[in-house]
Amino acid sequence: MTDLAVSPSNPTPVKWRRAAAETAAPALGGVIFLIAWEALVSHFQVSRFILPPPSAIIVKMVDEFPSLLSALGFTASITVCAFVAALVSGVTLGVLLTQNKQVERILWPYAVALQVTPMVAIAPLVVIWVGLNRVWLGLMILAWIVAFFPMLSNTAVGMKSADHGLRNVFSLYKATRWQRFRYLQLPSALPFILAGARISSGLSVIGAVVAEFVAGAGNATGLAWTIVESGAMLDVARMFAALFMLSAFGLTIWFIMAKVQHALLSRWHESELVQRVDDERRKHRYARHALDTGKTNRAPQRRRQDLWQWHSCSSRP
Amino acid sequence: MRLSGVDKIYGNGTVALRDLNLKVQPGEFVSLLGPSGCGKSTALRIVADLGQHTAGRVDRPGDDVTDARGEIGFVFQEPHLMPWATVFDNIFLPLKLAGKSKNAARDDVLSVIEMVGLQNFANAYPRELSGGMKMRVSIARALVTKPKLLLMDEPFAALDEITRNRLSNDLLRIWASTSSTVMFVTHSVYESVFLSSRIVVMAARPGRIIGEIPIERAYPRDAEYRLSPEYAGYCRDVSALLNKAME
Repeated sequence: MTDLAVSPSNPTPVKWRRAAAETAAPALGGVIFLIAWEALVSHFQVSRFILPPPSAIIVKMVDEFPSLLSALGFTASITVCAFVAALVSGVTLGVLLTQNKQVERILWPYAVALQVTPMVAIAPLVVIWVGLNRVWLGLMILAWIVAFFPMLSNTAVGMKSADHGLRNVFSLYKATRWQRFRYLQLPSALPFILAGARISSGLSVIGAVVAEFVAGAGNATGLAWTIVESGAMLDVARMFAALFMLSAFGLTIWFIMAKVQHALLSRWHESELVQRVDDERRKHRYARHALDTGKTNRAPQRRRQDLWQWHSCSSRP
Repeated sequence: MRLSGVDKIYGNGTVALRDLNLKVQPGEFVSLLGPSGCGKSTALRIVADLGQHTAGRVDRPGDDVTDARGEIGFVFQEPHLMPWATVFDNIFLPLKLAGKSKNAARDDVLSVIEMVGLQNFANAYPRELSGGMKMRVSIARALVTKPKLLLMDEPFAALDEITRNRLSNDLLRIWASTSSTVMFVTHSVYESVFLSSRIVVMAARPGRIIGEIPIERAYPRDAEYRLSPEYAGYCRDVSALLNKAME
């Protein structure tokens, strides 16, 4: 009878178990991977100039933590600035473009041109323009160029994606242009904008790193430069340490974006429904059934029966 | 509401409506019935000012008022709800667009929510609702401005028959309690005979009215009416007229 303690109306244990499974499984995989790496490197006695064991990388990371951290700070600030700039400029321009057909026709080809021109090719020019004493600005502009386009195109597509029938509803009630934008186009565009932001956030990390490589020696002191520098000194463990920090940073950004997206969309958008839908559906099914058939008195009975089936299925090995 | 000599000709020369004359008295429940492509939806959109007519004259309720929004309610074939808004906020929309605050509108919104029987779902999101419930929200949204004229464009066409019958019953109950005028576009003979006080039959190519049948049965109408010989007789008459329209 203790089985009944786990019920759909109190789904915390299920949620907790799911969350644990979602973090524990990848973590366990990572640990196994590192152990295998360590074992293989020591077994085959691979040179530490080619592939250092994870233990050496971790030691390096601890030893050089202050310098690595400041490099990470440099790269991270460029990434975040470029991403915010791409977010603001992309959404603003995307909104403006869709307000007027003529403006869109004129500007769109140039937005595409900016996107398809390889960043590596523009980099030397940008670095010259901003001057070698302000390399960080050049890096930011380059990372922005890479991150900008997904924001622009997703916003533009999102603005046009409003449901046709809803547009009729807004026309029927003589909505002003501002009302139409604020209450119809912007919410319709939100899922697209967030999808764009997720792509953009990843691209701004890549943009910042590639820009740092291209801009070359001297004033760039980010993680990418740490990798180049360590490579020149054959300090492969330090390269890996910087690489891991870069990956961890990219993952963090990606994770934050996923959380933001979930927070904004989980109540209504299809893309976020996978986890919620079961709980919600169970909650509403009975009331809905009652309303469509008019048989209110049968709901509680069905609920218990359903709960029983649901639980006995899930607890069976 | 009155249409006088209304024509609608599309840019490519297709004549959608020719010389449409229709007068609807206050409090009537008029169905427009006809085969697909006969222009019944087009006529309804013209009445709602969602489409332009080429010639003729349209008199609508509220034409004498400067701010006429909210005088006409429209229920589309699909519910067309905002997926990001709750049932309450969806129904509040017409009042919000008219500049009302949420607090000022609360009573009006809650009363129509209750009218359509969704009082337990005011905070639910559209995706949590069944097709029939979404249509109830759509009807409530059209009613929230207390329109003098309610236009319905095949609102129940996408629903299963059981849900459709329940909604038809509820619609008649709501109509009786709001004293508004209803224009109902449908392609179902049975639905129109059950609901309407008058059925206007249209023919296609070009869209025109070929006849009308008053349904004399008094309201309220119930399940018993659906089984009566009177109902069957009306269905036969309307079907005969519809067959003529298809020739």
